[in-house]
Amino acid sequence: MNPFKSFHIVKRDVLPWYKAWGVRAIAIIIALIICGIVTTITTGLNPISVYGAFFQGAFGSARKIWITLQNMSILLIIALALTPAFKMRFWNIGGEGQVLAGALATAACMICLGGKLPNVVVILIMTVASVAAGAAWAFIPAFFKAKFNTNETLSTLMMNYIATQLVAFFTVVWEVPKGSFTVGIINQSTNAGWLPQIFGSKYLLSIIVALAITAAMFVYLKYSKQGYEISVVGESERTAKYVGMKTEKVIIRTMLLSGAVCGVAGLLLVGSINHTITTTINNGQGFTAVMVSWLAKFNPITMIFTSLLIIFLERGAGEISMNFGLNQSFADILTGIILFFIIGCEFFITYKVAVHKKKEKIANGKEEK
Amino acid sequence: MFDIVAFIPRAIVQSVPLLYGCTGEIITEKSGNLNLGIPGVMYVGGISGVIGAFAYEQACVKSGNFNSVLAVLIPLLCSLIGSLIMGLIYCYLTVSLRANQNVTGLAMTTFGVGIGNFFGGSLIKLSGADVPSIALAKTSECFARKLPFAANMGWFGKIFLNYGFLCYAAFIIAILAAVILTKTRVGLHLRAVGESPTTADAAGINVSKYKYFATCLGCMIAGLGGLYYVMDYASGVWSNDAFGDRGWLAIALVIFSIWNPLVGIFASILFGGLYIVHLYIPTGMDYMEFKELYKMIPYVVTLIVLILTSMRNKRENQPPASLGMSYFREER
Amino acid sequence: MAEAVIKLVNITKKFGPVIANSNVSMEVNKGEILALLGENGSGKTTLMNMLSGIYFPDAGEIYVNGKKAVISSPKMAFELGIGMVHQHFKLVDVLTATENIILGLEGRLNKKEAKAKIKEICDKYGFDIDPDQKIYDMSVSQKQTVEIVKVLYRGANILILDEPTAVLTPQESEKLFTVMRNMKEDGKALIIITHKMHEVESISDRVAVLRKGEYIGQMMTKDTNAAEMTNMMVGRTVSLNIRRPDPVDPKPRIQVEGLTVKTIDGITKLDNVSFTANSGEILGIAGISGCGQKELLEAIAGLQPAEKGSVVYVNDEGSKEELLGNDPRRIEELGVALSFVPEDRLGMGLVANMDLADNMMLRSFRNGKSIFTDRKSPRNLAENVVDELEVVTPAIETPVRRLSGGNVQKVLVGREIASAPTVLLTAYAVRGLDINSSYTIYDLINKQKEKGVAVIFVGEDLDVLLGLSDKILVLCGGKVSGIVDARTTDKNTVGMMMTKIMEEGGTKENESI
Repeated sequence: MNPFKSFHIVKRDVLPWYKAWGVRAIAIIIALIICGIVTTITTGLNPISVYGAFFQGAFGSARKIWITLQNMSILLIIALALTPAFKMRFWNIGGEGQVLAGALATAACMICLGGKLPNVVVILIMTVASVAAGAAWAFIPAFFKAKFNTNETLSTLMMNYIATQLVAFFTVVWEVPKGSFTVGIINQSTNAGWLPQIFGSKYLLSIIVALAITAAMFVYLKYSKQGYEISVVGESERTAKYVGMKTEKVIIRTMLLSGAVCGVAGLLLVGSINHTITTTINNGQGFTAVMVSWLAKFNPITMIFTSLLIIFLERGAGEISMNFGLNQSFADILTGIILFFIIGCEFFITYKVAVHKKKEKIANGKEEK
Repeated sequence: MFDIVAFIPRAIVQSVPLLYGCTGEIITEKSGNLNLGIPGVMYVGGISGVIGAFAYEQACVKSGNFNSVLAVLIPLLCSLIGSLIMGLIYCYLTVSLRANQNVTGLAMTTFGVGIGNFFGGSLIKLSGADVPSIALAKTSECFARKLPFAANMGWFGKIFLNYGFLCYAAFIIAILAAVILTKTRVGLHLRAVGESPTTADAAGINVSKYKYFATCLGCMIAGLGGLYYVMDYASGVWSNDAFGDRGWLAIALVIFSIWNPLVGIFASILFGGLYIVHLYIPTGMDYMEFKELYKMIPYVVTLIVLILTSMRNKRENQPPASLGMSYFREER
Repeated sequence: MAEAVIKLVNITKKFGPVIANSNVSMEVNKGEILALLGENGSGKTTLMNMLSGIYFPDAGEIYVNGKKAVISSPKMAFELGIGMVHQHFKLVDVLTATENIILGLEGRLNKKEAKAKIKEICDKYGFDIDPDQKIYDMSVSQKQTVEIVKVLYRGANILILDEPTAVLTPQESEKLFTVMRNMKEDGKALIIITHKMHEVESISDRVAVLRKGEYIGQMMTKDTNAAEMTNMMVGRTVSLNIRRPDPVDPKPRIQVEGLTVKTIDGITKLDNVSFTANSGEILGIAGISGCGQKELLEAIAGLQPAEKGSVVYVNDEGSKEELLGNDPRRIEELGVALSFVPEDRLGMGLVANMDLADNMMLRSFRNGKSIFTDRKSPRNLAENVVDELEVVTPAIETPVRRLSGGNVQKVLVGREIASAPTVLLTAYAVRGLDINSSYTIYDLINKQKEKGVAVIFVGEDLDVLLGLSDKILVLCGGKVSGIVDARTTDKNTVGMMMTKIMEEGGTKENESI
């Protein structure tokens, strides 16, 4: 008999949470081992110091810890922004564009209004503008999805590129000095429109905002009427219509929220962290956030950990590539490997492999049930 | 004056990577797999070819003899193997392990683009070679070799004969794909798998096998787009991120071409033209910034096309019904 | 002694904690029609799926033609000559009949040859199909024919039909039975799963009964009767009569006038439909599936825009309210307590992945001014429904998709009647339900009727429609072919009306109301 026919796959009963997380932990450990091997091959470094360097990169000094937390908070905000859309089964991969739209609006306010109005007013306008810009960017795909069921994966993607080109356009308009293709630090002398530092720390603001949004999003999705509507629309549009929900309205409203929160990320990126704007200011986090949100099973609280994991990998791999004069993209390779493992391990949480003849049940090759 | 005879060949040259990506993704999607990893696969296809060519050229420097057939075959093979591995990773995760296709695809893109840019930037350092940058002029010359009589045929030669072999291959593969999908049993089975895996399974078709086969083949075809780009279009010079977002455009083209590789051919040429149209719009030195706005054109057009196609809903023009969903026989 | 083509020995199959089949042993003989009986969830379909290679048994042995067989894929089942026509057709919509029939076979693609062979099979057994027609253009009975031809095309000698008549008219069913008898004469073995006792009596040679996944026993059809078979299935004595209380003080509640509905493609689904549904009465709707029943109910419920016509709601005081043009929420706001049990329970009436409490909330989540949902009352309602309707569920927190068909329906009906409706619309309320659950549902509907609710009951089993309804409206191709008094009419009349508009049209019948 064909050996491949001698086993088959069956769906598991719900796995207790500690076992599920055990499987995930095992997957991450294996992934880290493979990452270590890959790093050792490419750099010749001994594996132990590879992991040392990883931790060095993410948590090596107080400043590094702060930067890790700050990066994490931005990624977390974007992931949270995308989550309501995902719960609605709306594949918003336009986080990148929505953040850029928010960032662009922020920069525009800082450049055009900075110094002309009291700082508080400038910051208020910035906030409103960035939120509105992010929401507007999300509105276009949402509207056409609601009206004509236009494929949102591709429309949001195209919106990303349109936003990128728009930012490129304004980068040239605002470039300082002429011909440099960069905007430079905005209002470096006056600090007009710079978001305030909290307790004298320039990192704390985004972290606090991220935590506040996490809590709010958790409550919104779990306990609010709108959150319930999102779940119903996501599960079955026909059921939603049957009980008189206006699915078009829910889709558009949820995407506006999604875009608005992305706009906040753009506001923080420009107003609080970088004080400048470039086309790559968001560094592809709109895509990474998709994975953060999905890995957390769309649970805002869990996203704190998944975003930390991803940033840890990025910072760690960044450190290694810097130490060895390797290209920054090394981090992407390692992130990719780890994601493959985390994505793959979900299988062992949902299914189990049963062997016909011997009647033994292999849980996941490592763990006997 | 707009020079159409000069414009068309440039548009076609631009369209080839898109066409490879589009054909590959059509075959993949026909099996019900939505592979958002195509951009990454195309990077891997390109860099694998570069690595193969680089190794061969380095070896040739030492031994002194250079064989043009090998110079083509080695990168070609490397490229195919590289893309195949990417295809296998995707299939293992989404077909065997039934992972979410969107997330797997995005991870593949992160990974693939990372591989491309990493080896593109570090290949020289890693191999310890004594060259300033990767410029595979000799290999590129073999890839880009034109038909010998092209120069003597006037505008006809310029528009139709003035390309390297990978360009013609792209069109031939697209036509072959169309024929196989509509006229053969394999094509029939593949369409059934993408439309309704349950039905295909009940009819005794090995769903996983078809999904693996179509997706890996699709990846290998898409990877050739990356190879063409670096070896022919870019004259053998790899620069990071130069390939850009062509992979994503290729995926968008699939919808535009309503899952028909023949429509894909025309769609690719159209988009190839849109991709470079900004070079043809005069702006003058004082308004450089508007160039950036013109670069938006292909994306805006894609968006509009997406919306228009979704407005006219016809049964035959719909995506494969099970697109994006993993199949588990004993689902209850 | 007949020759056993299939022998099952101690077959066991589990899905997680649910035991679908336990130690089932039985036989199927050459040239016979075996009816497999059992309530829903008794494991009939699961058992048959193991024969056709969809599932693989956890334990036990299968013998085909006396040889031990391992059927691990549908392909292997075909090779052994076993073919199954599933309850949910396994056809690819965008392909033609021929393409579907030859799907999965090997060799060069030759559609011409295939068509010739299809024609030969059709002629032999008396089927009628157009080999170039796309599946999405076909009626349910045409699709079923394609399925059967597909199985025969592969040379199956053992055919399994899973509830083949559930979607057919009596006339279509009779046609199918003729074909089945032809196949039996040809020496094929047939297994039919059905819930309709009269069909079992007319078509089968032998019956085998499953209960709760276990094999209970078998007998020759000629030696038994409906009551005995039912008792065996249920495990205790049940009465087969449907209660029909007389209507008390019926008054017009829903007046439909000239209702015409078209699909977006311009196909007319309802053509000038007029009728009145009274309070305290059950109006049965009969018709071949797809004759506008769905559109009719959805138009009343505010889910289906209409071309023209009106749907007027009359309340107890006699004041009238036009319902057309309003969505379900607006109808609710107009003070019309309308409940709707749709055909697609898990795809429309309920959210499959949500638990019982969250599903109860679907109707009530908007209550109150707070931006947050009230979680407590839906939970209480869920507990009540579970208690009163005897819903079998591990917990209130169980997603409804994990419940069996009958329990899903109880949850849905329980929620819909909890809001004290004055109009109750039900579509195929007992489809796929076993006898026990069906009677629970009839009872609930009758109780609503006694409370003065106007019930519109779309059904497919004419025996049930005749036994439960007060009046029956017959739809044919979107037109009303007549409204009859259920107490005086018979099955044949209604069956005839379902297939063709009666000469006199609806007018004469309408006068009798």
